[in-house]
Amino acid sequence: MVEPLLQVESLCAGYTAAVAGPFSFSVGRGEILGLAGPNGAGKSTLLKALWGGVRVFSGAVRKAPGLQISHQAQGFDDLRGVPLTGRELLALTGASEAGLPPWLAGRLEARLDRLSGGQLQFLRLWACLAAPADLILLDEPTNNLDKAGVAHLVDWLGKAHGEQGIVLVSHDHGLIDAVCTRVVSVGEGT
Amino acid sequence: MNTDLLFDPLFRVPFLTGLLLAGLLPLIGMYLRLRNEWLAALAFAQMASAGALLAMVLDGPMILGGLLAAVAAALVKGLVARAGASAYALMMLLAWGGGILLVANHPLAEQAGHALFDGQLYFTGEGHLLAVALTVVLALPLLLRLSRPLLLARFFPEFYRARGLSVRPQLLLFDLLAGLVVALATVSLGVMAAFALVFVPPLMAYRLAAGWRAGLVWSALIGMGSFVLAFGLSLVFDQPFGPVCAMLLVMLNVMLAVKSVRE
Repeated sequence: MVEPLLQVESLCAGYTAAVAGPFSFSVGRGEILGLAGPNGAGKSTLLKALWGGVRVFSGAVRKAPGLQISHQAQGFDDLRGVPLTGRELLALTGASEAGLPPWLAGRLEARLDRLSGGQLQFLRLWACLAAPADLILLDEPTNNLDKAGVAHLVDWLGKAHGEQGIVLVSHDHGLIDAVCTRVVSVGEGT
Repeated sequence: MNTDLLFDPLFRVPFLTGLLLAGLLPLIGMYLRLRNEWLAALAFAQMASAGALLAMVLDGPMILGGLLAAVAAALVKGLVARAGASAYALMMLLAWGGGILLVANHPLAEQAGHALFDGQLYFTGEGHLLAVALTVVLALPLLLRLSRPLLLARFFPEFYRARGLSVRPQLLLFDLLAGLVVALATVSLGVMAAFALVFVPPLMAYRLAAGWRAGLVWSALIGMGSFVLAFGLSLVFDQPFGPVCAMLLVMLNVMLAVKSVRE
């Protein structure tokens, strides 16, 4: 049997008290695992618990040795006024420029505060998607994306990622149904 | 007006010391601004000033006193990161109050206090130049190494933690470097000029630059250019350097802001 990238066992996690769990599941290479559930069910908390961003109250998260995790979080600091180009942003995470949509590839020399909201959001998402990692954690990646961005994301997720595992949190059932190879329902204490 | 002073060998050492600092301070300021921690520069400068005065009263080397006080402040700031701006404000009040009390109660401290607060370059000697030159040699490669972690900590705060790594040692190292550079600048150029050079050139560079690297170049050039002009003006018109440098930088920034609004 192939060793999973991540094994979650009876996990309960939260900040000052457990707000999510217990959950048990595993993620392997080539899988896109969707975490589906209503708002407030603890999907984002669970995602953060996978890399240690919140406190684990009980259970365990077992990672493959040397596992590299890339986490795309919701929200973004205000970038207005900071002189950073798109190319410089991608270089920070080591993200490849190959595969960028044409409407963004030609704008990499522009400052981030000169990009449209949709372009900036996709660029930020891409900096996590295309960074060197074994496991990619995506938290509501379609938020603030325009139609072109969502289409390119769906296209990218639909392609084979044999060496990587992806965990996707989204309230968008259409996205989860379209791209995920397996779904865990968070609101139901799976 | 005395233009002969511009070529007086007496001012070569202060000029070279200040020029090096005027190139380095804005680079530190770029990252302090990135982290919304520019107020830390003022806290470090005030602490360095108080430390230098205390050292003088205790019959010790002022430069060492200033360095120790600012580095201690940077260490405290780095270790109690959650305190944020409150820590800087408390440090400033402590140093400000302490400095004024020393000046008020110790005859020797009065003259040095004015030099530190006003920015009087005549006290800058070869020891300062050597310390600053060594600091530049140390700081530039260190900043090059710290640049990516500092930018990542701002734009992707979870990047390192998600990979099981901690960025705190690099952040602490930057705090110490900032404390060291600002302290050296304070004991060489005075509190006002040190703060003006760490704050205003990055403010202008953030507006002007097409990217981060360009911003670093812009900020260093603005800092050095302004320093040369302010140095010349303060000598020719026999004015204290600190206020001349600060006012010149503020005026340049206002002109740039007006130009930007018009465009």
